Amino acid sequence: MRTAVVVFPGTNCERDVVYALGVLGARADLVWHRETDLSSFAGVILPGGFAHGDYLRTGAIARFSPVMDSVKAMADAGQPVLGICNGFQVLCEAGLLPGALVANRDLSFICRPVHLRVESTDSILTRSATVGDVLEIPLNSYEGNFVVPEADREALHTVLRYSDAQGGVDDDANPNGSFHNIAGVANRRGNVAGVMPHPERAVEDLLGSTDGRILLESYLASLAPIHV
Amino acid sequence: MKIQVEITRRPGLRDPEGATAARALRDLGFTSVSDVHFGRSIVVEVDGDDRDQALTDVEDMCRKLLANPVLEDFTVEVLD
Repeated sequence: MRTAVVVFPGTNCERDVVYALGVLGARADLVWHRETDLSSFAGVILPGGFAHGDYLRTGAIARFSPVMDSVKAMADAGQPVLGICNGFQVLCEAGLLPGALVANRDLSFICRPVHLRVESTDSILTRSATVGDVLEIPLNSYEGNFVVPEADREALHTVLRYSDAQGGVDDDANPNGSFHNIAGVANRRGNVAGVMPHPERAVEDLLGSTDGRILLESYLASLAPIHV
Repeated sequence: MKIQVEITRRPGLRDPEGATAARALRDLGFTSVSDVHFGRSIVVEVDGDDRDQALTDVEDMCRKLLANPVLEDFTVEVLD
């Protein structure tokens, strides 16, 4: 069961994702954003970077890349669709996830490990974790500040929130000003998820943390056999 | 024909650039500043001379690409 890792012009975390999935024993293939047929893949990951240079808005142009029709079709079919960092921004722009990501509260680029508390296990990102688990994973973004209009707040499916090392969620533990400390959300069905920090950068002891594994393992556990 | 598009952050949603600029202005002594709102100004040049059609088209462009309806409001007007 292969994963497609989409490469837009300006994406730069695609090889990290392929490597991390390989560490977990899974196969992933890079797919150029002009590809229109993802039928041989069981799931798709939109990795981090600066798709189309982040011109206009993060994710605004990527949303119209040819591959996105197939990504939407997979989302509709219930297959796992995961956006990491810039990929999360693309999924929001595409309307596959609610809200949007704007500049960090303090207008600074944040690149450091943060703690995340698991809020829901009803998603492809968290199904193998336990509610209340605290994970340490690197954050690496300027536009990671999650905002959501009031009308969409009730239906929000929060899966990960920024916390302190003990799992306490308050403003001090909020690195970028995100609404409700939200670091990751999913659609209602749970098969489309976005996360701002990078689980693929926390899969080996050498990297300082292996806490990203449980999130990628959740994704891999969500892949169902497909008939090609 | 040139169409001016003004895109602004919807009220009630955070505008970190605006908040930071407001703070800096107050630090500079402009104590009357209560808030600052950042936006984006775009000029779209279109062929033809049907103003209503041009405005309708550019509004459609805003909804589809130039603005993010989750975050932003927009206005369009013909530049003479």
